Amino acid sequence: MSIDVPLQSRTDVIDADDDLRATAQRSPGDTGAVHSWELVTSVDGPGTRLTLFLNGCPLRCQYCQNPDTWRMRDGITHTVAEVMDRIRRYVPVLKATGGGVTISGGEPLLQSAFVARVLHDCRELGLHTALDTSGFLGARASDEMLRDVSLVLLDVKSGLSETYREVTGRELAPTLEFGRRLSDLGVPIWVRFVLVPGLTDEVENVEAVASFVESLATVERVEVLPFHQMGRDKWRRMGEPYRLEATEPPTPELISRVCDQFAAHGLTVF
Amino acid sequence: MAITTVETSNPEHGSEVAQESAWRSFASGPWQDGIDVRDFIQRNYEPFPGDSSFLAGPTERTTAMWNKLSELFPAERERGVYDVDATTPSSITAHAPGYIDQAHELIVGLQTDAPLKRAIMPFGGWRMVAKALETYGYPVDPELEKIFTEYRKTHNDGVFEVYPPNVRAARSSHIITGLPDAYGRGRIIGDYRRVALYGVDALIATKKLERMEMDMQRSTEDVIRDREENAEQIKALGELKKMAASYGFDISAPAQNAREAVQWLYFAYLGAVKEQNGAAMSLGRTSTFLDVFVQRDIAEGVLTEESAQEIIDDFVIKLRIVRFLRTPEYDALFSGDPTWVTESIGGMSEDGRPLVTKTSYRFLQTLYNLGPAPEPNLTVLWSERLPEGFKRFCAQVSIDTSAIQYESDELIRPAWGDDAAIACCVSAMAVGKQMQFFGARVNLAKSLLYAINGGRDEISGKQVAPFAAPLAGEVLVYSEVRAAYDKLLDWLAETYVDALNCIHYMHDKYAYERLEMALHDQEILRTMACGVAGLSVAVDSLAAIKYATVRPVRDETGLVVDYDVEGEYPTYGNDDDRADDIAADLVRTFMDKIRRQHTYRNALHTQSVLTITSNVVYGKHTGNTPDGRRKGEPFAPGANPMNGRDTHGLLASALSVAKLPYSEAMDGISLTATVVPSGLGRVRDEQITNLVGLLDAYNMSAGFHVNINVINRDTLEDAMEHPEKYPQLTIRVSGYAVNFVRLTREQQRDVLSRTFHGGI
Repeated sequence: MSIDVPLQSRTDVIDADDDLRATAQRSPGDTGAVHSWELVTSVDGPGTRLTLFLNGCPLRCQYCQNPDTWRMRDGITHTVAEVMDRIRRYVPVLKATGGGVTISGGEPLLQSAFVARVLHDCRELGLHTALDTSGFLGARASDEMLRDVSLVLLDVKSGLSETYREVTGRELAPTLEFGRRLSDLGVPIWVRFVLVPGLTDEVENVEAVASFVESLATVERVEVLPFHQMGRDKWRRMGEPYRLEATEPPTPELISRVCDQFAAHGLTVF
Repeated sequence: MAITTVETSNPEHGSEVAQESAWRSFASGPWQDGIDVRDFIQRNYEPFPGDSSFLAGPTERTTAMWNKLSELFPAERERGVYDVDATTPSSITAHAPGYIDQAHELIVGLQTDAPLKRAIMPFGGWRMVAKALETYGYPVDPELEKIFTEYRKTHNDGVFEVYPPNVRAARSSHIITGLPDAYGRGRIIGDYRRVALYGVDALIATKKLERMEMDMQRSTEDVIRDREENAEQIKALGELKKMAASYGFDISAPAQNAREAVQWLYFAYLGAVKEQNGAAMSLGRTSTFLDVFVQRDIAEGVLTEESAQEIIDDFVIKLRIVRFLRTPEYDALFSGDPTWVTESIGGMSEDGRPLVTKTSYRFLQTLYNLGPAPEPNLTVLWSERLPEGFKRFCAQVSIDTSAIQYESDELIRPAWGDDAAIACCVSAMAVGKQMQFFGARVNLAKSLLYAINGGRDEISGKQVAPFAAPLAGEVLVYSEVRAAYDKLLDWLAETYVDALNCIHYMHDKYAYERLEMALHDQEILRTMACGVAGLSVAVDSLAAIKYATVRPVRDETGLVVDYDVEGEYPTYGNDDDRADDIAADLVRTFMDKIRRQHTYRNALHTQSVLTITSNVVYGKHTGNTPDGRRKGEPFAPGANPMNGRDTHGLLASALSVAKLPYSEAMDGISLTATVVPSGLGRVRDEQITNLVGLLDAYNMSAGFHVNINVINRDTLEDAMEHPEKYPQLTIRVSGYAVNFVRLTREQQRDVLSRTFHGGI
């Protein structure tokens, strides 16, 4: 598969290009770089879910709360079979809770071949599947792979290209394109928008996200996620320069303004 | 009817008539020919498959009654007790009738002559009484002191006369703790329903019949004891009638209607809590039984939903103010002043019908009508097969009040039948057919340290267990540690059951539960309910020794006082079989050792994995452990994984606990789980669905018990002060969840300032 995405923009994303190039080769996807797994309720999709966090991400979001998932080399290599062994033991409980499996990251589509195989095996087991992605590498998700996805958690980090670049270091266009494709394919979407005061909170920026989301036919809900400082210690531990040191979480007034903006577009927003 | 036609009981024609009218329109069956409450329930109850929409709120009367009582609570909290009757040793009939508001009470009866006034119960031990009185500033009556120190021996005196030295040593070094040798053992559930269904006279008649059978046997020691107990039971039943009469009720015949059924049942329970200061004085499984009476009254047009709910509300008000006079040390061990008025609700019949009725809902509804409260300890017997409406209502109540605990009906029913109830927290027993000899617990973590140190105490250095060669070498070798631990546990099991045999022999002799046992069959199953604490510490320590490198640090006397751990190792609470197998194996191993001991009255051996709330106290008396836990640090409660080491989410943690085999811990396995409402879902409906899903998932994975806390802001603040109480407090922060107590204080404040701003 090719990586049909524009590289660079913000200089600090360059270190992600190695992983992008390395994974651009056709790979059988026998193994993946895994960060961790967790059984969570009501966080990454409906019911209780086994969320698999993968390592490696092409973006360098300023507010990232898991910088420890940025690089593939920091992950633990697991085979598809190993991952499926873990998942298989939870099939009854995941079904009992109306939940399923969520693949998150990092950016799961960085390791799309591996992810496709896991998703397919999950569907074979009759599990609900969710893919938590920024959509930046949406081109790596084949139609065939998306047939195995019950729900996409689409992180739309900004609605304006400039802001998107400022936040993530990359381009917005691939995400928009991926969203439209999901809509055309009829794949249900939960949109997530992280609200960071002074970075993503401009009225026009939110308006742009909302208009785009409104144009998609399969969006079931929008989740506005207020920025927090939970990731700060991780940035410090990794010795990465953290730009949001002084940023405060959004006020309740700001949160409700933004939620209202989405609601005004007829969207179900939380 | 057969059960009243006993020559000695003087069956007047009138009582036959009373019985016939009391049992009007009930389906007949064997329950009419002998004491068989389960048969009555099975033939007469109406499962309710609907939802909670029929429920009624509190009446003005109920609210006024509760408010009047609530005005007394602040003074009680401040002083520790509201009032004490310091001169009247409590018995079923010792105190004059008491009321909250006589003119408006639907269900009457108090332990003493005034609400919240505590009684003294010296038969368990005089020292406990004297100490409590001194603490709360009440004079100790010299005459009573003389009676209970010179003339009348107590349970406590008896036990300490017969304890062998090894028990004393194990006890004072805290390797065996919380033994009921100075307080009432509790955990006995009288079948209080019998009084409502049959009336006291029929119960006395039955006991007299049983006596006739005993009289036909030779007078061996066992038979003599049975006869004496039978005589005491009959006397207690007579006193119960007298107590009810002092309130203006004749309970010699069965209850005629729902209000009487509740009143009769409550009198029976009240008699028990007037007589015994047991650690846990549980109510049983009464809601579906009472439902038969309530629904009959509703069908007859005598009760409305509102008036039915009002009776249950008034009953629960009474259950909320059961009080015992205890010492501050006792309260510290149990973190407060619990009475464990446990009521078991729901579950399934053996024939597959849910035992959920409208009155099951009505009991839970009291948490709304009167507000949340820890007592009565409402316990739902959960099965995946319960009606959806009921499951959702339970989850909703949990989310709103955090006041419900759940136990697996799928494990309890096959073991103890479908008329079993929980005593205390997790001890299931067939009502009226089974009792337990409560045995507190041993400290498994400290035992491991003893094994490593050749039987010496890691804090005092004293030789407590028999001498064995301490483990030598620079690094602990798993097989050597396990072998030493195995030997140490042999000694521990022996010493422990010895202690329990002494205790229960003396409890039967000097503080026999006359009334509670009068509400049991003559032939009953007794269990010797042993227990273990510190399981997760012991397991993680063993996992560290097995999978990492553990170097003991010795002091100048050669005593191992600390451990250096190098390398990674799996921990209990992550659904990782490497650690969880050690846990299951340890539970099995200790149970096997318990089973080898002779028990008093041939009781069936059981054990629990439960600390109640004393995990803090056990931790205080335990030195550094090989899992990196520091000396004095609290243990995790019950069977919980250690705080912060379960990193794969609440369900993974619960699934580790669910691997502990119930067959090897039939006195129960306790898990406490804490979630925030937003951690369950975005909207209420979603939260309810998700909690039901989690309970189903745990239930089908053979999880036995879970306390569900759904936490609000106040609780988060409390968690900042007492993180040890909230090891699994999960919070949702921007798209994923974190463990609250693992956050820094600053982060916690951050969460606190944001999470509750109406947005979610």
